[in-house]
Amino acid sequence: MKQNPLSFQLNLSPEDFLPATEEEKQSQVIMRESVSFWKDGMRRLVKNKVAMVSLIVIILVMIFSFIVPMFYPYSYKEQFKGANHLAPMEYSEAEQERIAAGEKVFPHIFGTDKMGRDYAIRVMMGSRISLVVGLIATAIILVIGSVYGSIAAFFGGKVDLIMMRIVDIIYTIPDILLIVLLSFALKAPLNALKNEPGFGWVGIVGQNLISIFIVFALLYWVGMSRMVRSQILTLKESEFVTAARAMGVSNGKIIRRHLLTNCIGILIVTTTLQIPSSIFTESFLSFLGMGVAVPLPSLGSLASDALNGFNTYPYLLFVPAGLISLIILSFNLLGDGLRDAFDPKLKH
Amino acid sequence: MSEYLVDIKNERLSFFTPAGEVKALNDVSIHMREGEVLGIVGESGSGKSVTAYSLMGLTAHPGKLIDGSLYFNGHQIETMSDKEMRKIRGNEVSIIFQDPMTSLNPVYTIGNQIMEAVFLHTDKNRAQAKERARELLELVGINEPEKRLRQYPHELSGGMRQRVMIAIALACEPKLLIADEPTTALDVTIQAQILELMMELKDKLGMAIIMITHDLGVVASMCERIAVMYAGKIVEYGTADDIFYSPKHEYTKGLIRSIPKLDTKEHERLVPIEGTPVDMLNPPAGCPFAPRCDSCMKICLREMPPVTHFGRVHYTQCWLNQKEEMEAKQEKGAANE
Amino acid sequence: MLKYVAKRVILGIVTIWAVATLTFFLMNMVPGGPFLSEKAISPQATAALEAKYGLDKPLMQRYVTYMTDALHGDFGDSLKQRGRTVMSIIKMKFPVSARVGGISVLVALCLGVPLGCMAALKRGKFLDSLISVVSTCGIAVPSFVVCTLLMYVLGVNLKLLPTMGLRSWQHYIMPVIALSFYPTAYIMRLMRSSMLDVLGQDYMRTAKAKGVSGFWILFKHAMRNAILPVVTYVGPMLAYTVTGSFVVEKIFVIPGLGGEFIGAIGGRDYTLIMGTTIFLATLIIIMNVIVDIIYKIVDPRIKLK
Repeated sequence: MKQNPLSFQLNLSPEDFLPATEEEKQSQVIMRESVSFWKDGMRRLVKNKVAMVSLIVIILVMIFSFIVPMFYPYSYKEQFKGANHLAPMEYSEAEQERIAAGEKVFPHIFGTDKMGRDYAIRVMMGSRISLVVGLIATAIILVIGSVYGSIAAFFGGKVDLIMMRIVDIIYTIPDILLIVLLSFALKAPLNALKNEPGFGWVGIVGQNLISIFIVFALLYWVGMSRMVRSQILTLKESEFVTAARAMGVSNGKIIRRHLLTNCIGILIVTTTLQIPSSIFTESFLSFLGMGVAVPLPSLGSLASDALNGFNTYPYLLFVPAGLISLIILSFNLLGDGLRDAFDPKLKH
Repeated sequence: MSEYLVDIKNERLSFFTPAGEVKALNDVSIHMREGEVLGIVGESGSGKSVTAYSLMGLTAHPGKLIDGSLYFNGHQIETMSDKEMRKIRGNEVSIIFQDPMTSLNPVYTIGNQIMEAVFLHTDKNRAQAKERARELLELVGINEPEKRLRQYPHELSGGMRQRVMIAIALACEPKLLIADEPTTALDVTIQAQILELMMELKDKLGMAIIMITHDLGVVASMCERIAVMYAGKIVEYGTADDIFYSPKHEYTKGLIRSIPKLDTKEHERLVPIEGTPVDMLNPPAGCPFAPRCDSCMKICLREMPPVTHFGRVHYTQCWLNQKEEMEAKQEKGAANE
Repeated sequence: MLKYVAKRVILGIVTIWAVATLTFFLMNMVPGGPFLSEKAISPQATAALEAKYGLDKPLMQRYVTYMTDALHGDFGDSLKQRGRTVMSIIKMKFPVSARVGGISVLVALCLGVPLGCMAALKRGKFLDSLISVVSTCGIAVPSFVVCTLLMYVLGVNLKLLPTMGLRSWQHYIMPVIALSFYPTAYIMRLMRSSMLDVLGQDYMRTAKAKGVSGFWILFKHAMRNAILPVVTYVGPMLAYTVTGSFVVEKIFVIPGLGGEFIGAIGGRDYTLIMGTTIFLATLIIIMNVIVDIIYKIVDPRIKLK
């Protein structure tokens, strides 16, 4: 028998061959800390540069549209005489006189619009409205869609058939038609409502915007509900649900504890991807003239207003259009990042 | 050139994951002669499949061969281009995967998928290829082959699909068949049938087989040589008799203790191996099995154990064996004095 | 198969009926009417017009009359465009929208599918990043922005392309780019993710182990499995696109069905709204049945129930 030469290179003492204590053994076990689903996902998300940059952009846009206007010297509805269609950083004659008199005048960073309103603050308010629409509409969609979808999937059979048939019907009606009809139909009741005490905000927000929310609540949850349904149909067949049922867990608890928690990852992702699509739809409606009420701007209405004088004042379109695209892009990229981080199916 | 059909020397292979380098194979050497049946045994993640896949040039992204040489049937695998590899795959070496449910393409008929393998490596025409596919289905014991050729994978049972997988693997009469846990996903009764079929085919066609499994029962009945792998290393290698009747490595002993036997006395319990496999991202400095080993010594935690040979074939990597060997030597020396 | 198609057709008819009913009542419940906005008309004239089109009758009666006529293929006359039937308007406008829309969908498929595949194959490489960035930007830019930019750069500034109408093939270029912009980007993303999914499947490993070359792995083994989500998306999308996009038709002055529909809604042209809605619903349902059949052909596992 020949000895491995390696053992000669090591200085082996008899002590080395004494049994190791339990502590010594344990100290060698460098276990990877057990990471929960969320921690693991977060770690992956933080490492995803694109998603992180998108998140920062979203936060910046939020600061830009919610906090900056509070300190901004102009108001979105304030019209300056003789300051129509100022180019970016240009001052009106009145303002130039004031500057000459030694006064400090805050510049119109993006110029002014055709009514002589400061464009920068209008863009800020516009993106505020667009974000609010996106977030609220998505919240509505999320709640209705996931509840509807999970009920249909969970009960299956006839209930599922009828519920999904309804989804098909809603899916088949042209959405523009419903939006227009609804905004007409809601005009009278909402006008009545805004005169009631405590509902003054209805007038400011505009009945169109409220109609948009109602339309989202009525129409756009179908996609979400289909997704949740198919997700739950798969989960329903899984063993842990059978086990829970065998133990006599109630239906409601199974839906809440087992089914919804298991598709929460994909829900978050779909929600993040739904936000840009809601903003998209709002901007499209504003383009059709069915968005927010004047003088309140949204990015969509700003862009569509700018279309008329586009050849002379292209920057009036570029600013809001660029901002819409940026917001939608960041939410999409963040959503992709979330999916890569949290969708267990995509782990390779 | 080599006298062996398969000659893997000191293979090191790592997966470069975002979390860090996972050393999947650590100095693995394997050689096989033609017609030999080798069993590779180990728990999940021990590197069994990675070894076999690397021999076919199928190492999955982000895996990379770091060191060592892979020789198969006159080819130096690690130097070959993908195009050259394709000529060998499915032709001189084929593989059967674990899960027959997902290993067949769901949108093509069985016939199409078998004939594809025939077309790729022979210049048979359609009719000949079809005839060959029919023949192969008969060979693997599928009845009504004509009808089966036109069926889709989802229309067949798991055992049938695994037979189809074997038929595809044997389409070009390979020199080596790699079976990656071919029976794990099947019912026990079907398992026995598939293993029997493989042995029968081996006798008929004379190919070598690498049987990857975590089931010692499977290797005991089939394999001439057995490699026991743990954490990317071959910890013990020997003939079936060596491994089952005189296991030397503590891990192998543990594995054998954990097999249920028919002759156990009523109150005797199965002895599981305590603890969990090592984290391959942070492997310990010494023997990877040390933290789970009952006879662990201080040296085991510090240094990798060297190879100890027992006879021509049988070897282990364990400090305990080294210690015994050194003691035997000392005694011998003392006796000589 | 035939039984399935028959079943789907019956179900489709029920859906169309439900959509028509819903639209009919919703439309009529909304205050206002087709002749109210025209201030020049005296109340007597309005009443006379309403009587002529049967709008003075009770709602239920009108509903029954409309549905009976519709069943016989008579969708009535347009309320606003005197002397033209709804059918003749659809017949005139639909082909225009369909041509632009059809070309756009084709362009979207021809660009989206191969580019999406390429991105998946080169996962993590430069090409993948480039395609991902382009496609994500593609779904982030609203169509009216795309239209205006095209118009501004190609039409007005460079004067390369005509900006209005559809008289020659050059006229098609800008509307087609504008219309296919979003679907191309969407199909690219869809194709990329489903291709990545398929590439990770066990049967791809089997194909590789057989020695199949990269080209055939892609075209024979991966493509057929990966194309399914695209089929699902393209079906209804085709129905919507061929019926015309209001934005594109407005900006490029194309006399298509999309613009007509928005006009009808604005003017409360009840019969035209109904006709167009039913037409669109029918198209969507037909497309869905076709998608299901293609599904069955592509993936034999799917059972048509």
